[in-house]
Amino acid sequence: MTTIRVLLPTLRRSPLLAICAAFVIFVVLLAIVGAQCTGYGYAAISDASLQPPSVTHWFGTDLNGRDLLTRTLYGARMSLLVAALGTFVSLTVGVSYGMVSGYAGGRIDSLMMRVVEILYSLPSLILVIILIATLENPVTLLLRQIGLIIVPPRIVLLVVFLGLTEWLTMARIIRGQVLVLKEQAFVQASEALGQSHFRLLFRHLLPNLSGVILVYLTLTIPAIMIDEAFLSFLGLGVQPPQASWGTLIADGASSINPIRLYWWLLVFPGGLMTLTLLALNFLGDGLRDVLDPRVKK
Amino acid sequence: MTTLITRRLLLAIPTLFIVVSLTFLLMRLAPGNPFSNERKIPPEILAELEKQYNLNGSVSSQYFRYMGKVVRGDLSISTQYRNRTVNDILAQALPVSMLLGGLAFLLALFAGIPLGAFAAVRHNRAADRVAMLVALLGLSVPSFVLAPLLVMLFAVKWHWLPVAGWGSPDQIILPAICLAIPFAAAIARLTRGSLLDVLKLDFIRTARAKGLPEDAVLYRHALKSAILPLISYCGPALAGILTGSLVIETLFDIPGIGRFFVNSVLNRDPMMSAGVVLVFSAFLLFMNLVSDVLICLLDRRVKIE
Repeated sequence: MTTIRVLLPTLRRSPLLAICAAFVIFVVLLAIVGAQCTGYGYAAISDASLQPPSVTHWFGTDLNGRDLLTRTLYGARMSLLVAALGTFVSLTVGVSYGMVSGYAGGRIDSLMMRVVEILYSLPSLILVIILIATLENPVTLLLRQIGLIIVPPRIVLLVVFLGLTEWLTMARIIRGQVLVLKEQAFVQASEALGQSHFRLLFRHLLPNLSGVILVYLTLTIPAIMIDEAFLSFLGLGVQPPQASWGTLIADGASSINPIRLYWWLLVFPGGLMTLTLLALNFLGDGLRDVLDPRVKK
Repeated sequence: MTTLITRRLLLAIPTLFIVVSLTFLLMRLAPGNPFSNERKIPPEILAELEKQYNLNGSVSSQYFRYMGKVVRGDLSISTQYRNRTVNDILAQALPVSMLLGGLAFLLALFAGIPLGAFAAVRHNRAADRVAMLVALLGLSVPSFVLAPLLVMLFAVKWHWLPVAGWGSPDQIILPAICLAIPFAAAIARLTRGSLLDVLKLDFIRTARAKGLPEDAVLYRHALKSAILPLISYCGPALAGILTGSLVIETLFDIPGIGRFFVNSVLNRDPMMSAGVVLVFSAFLLFMNLVSDVLICLLDRRVKIE
């Protein structure tokens, strides 16, 4: 609650931050409803192949005559969905790991932080590539067994593993905050009342961490979005007929030839993705200045 | 210092062991075979191939045979590029990636530090805001968007630079710039932040009181201590440059290690994948150690463990 009370005046004071917030909300809304409103299906093939932007096709069409606006909006939905779910995974892991480490303190804390240090020094995306390439079939089988045939296994793998690559920073920062909060009177009061560790962590410490969590949440979403697009670009992420910004950008990049420039295939999905990332990063930076207690005022 | 180095090296060995084992075992246990991409192979030939590449028998016996070789420094034969050892491929591809990554890293430093200093000196003025917005844009635009865009403009439309390839000096310009931009942006932001902190310190006031010109204060005194936080950024940055080069090498058709890696994973080549993962991880662990040692040497106030 206090977080929101700090947030609204900040947005009012900085018009640029407010614009970014509005833009992000706009893109999210477009991603949710946009693809249905264009009048074309995202996989509907037509004869109008590689048409430049026009009144009927605002963003032009691709090699198979599919409407690029529809595909960009559909790709936005996939990219945002993977980013949001991946961020949720990294948030859950990072916050609980950081809280336990900071709260336990002592040897458990130093052991847990040593693990984080080792994970920091590994080429995580390279390991994710191996995990995604090799675990696809087992996950497909698993999904079929529990009756989730509609869920593409790649998406599940992307969400889980990208979430697991981006939790380290969150864990470190949460731990630092818990170390500070632990010394304060309200924690002692809760201990004196004989409340359980669980209640102390979730009822008393977690609400005090909401500001920091919000800041790093805003910065984790664009990080996972870039990772997802990077893997999809290499053919290791979202697969056709599904599309994400990464696969659309890959299509645009592969269309480059010396005879004719199909610039719209690259500029529209790439531009929308860049703007979204810029807005999210700008928002995250702005929020950090206000909400992160470690930033000197 | 010695304890730091020995402790890190001792920790690096089990880390590398786990990473390589994980890669090899996952590659072998996953369905699909390194030889299955070809047209139907008669079972006896497949068996012969597997024997030749030491991939016969149970997975655990393959694993122990492979690890025995790795310990002796032999990364086995690639199943994808027949008759070539992984050591041989790495010896050829690694210098290419190192040259590209090293050049990109230098570019990032030479663009990022001046931009950061420029912004810090004009703190909270319009020029500072614009410079930081540029840096944030550089940080936000993914290399796989920027690279094809630059190719479209500079290579296809204006014919100033070659589209792709490797060998001549003009072919390295575009990929190096594309690889460098996000890191230049991050370095600019770091430099600005740390310079702003340093400029508030007493020794800067002393330098100004001495009557030193502002340029000398900035370049000879402030920047020298503001550089320190950058060194600890260099470890993770090199990791980013390594992974970034996967896309850049694919896009620009550069015969570096990143392209071999992507191909080896897609073709289920266990030796090649595990070999590249080993080299990448070892390189990163080593660079992180180097940056920590450098900080210890340069800043006497820092004591790591």
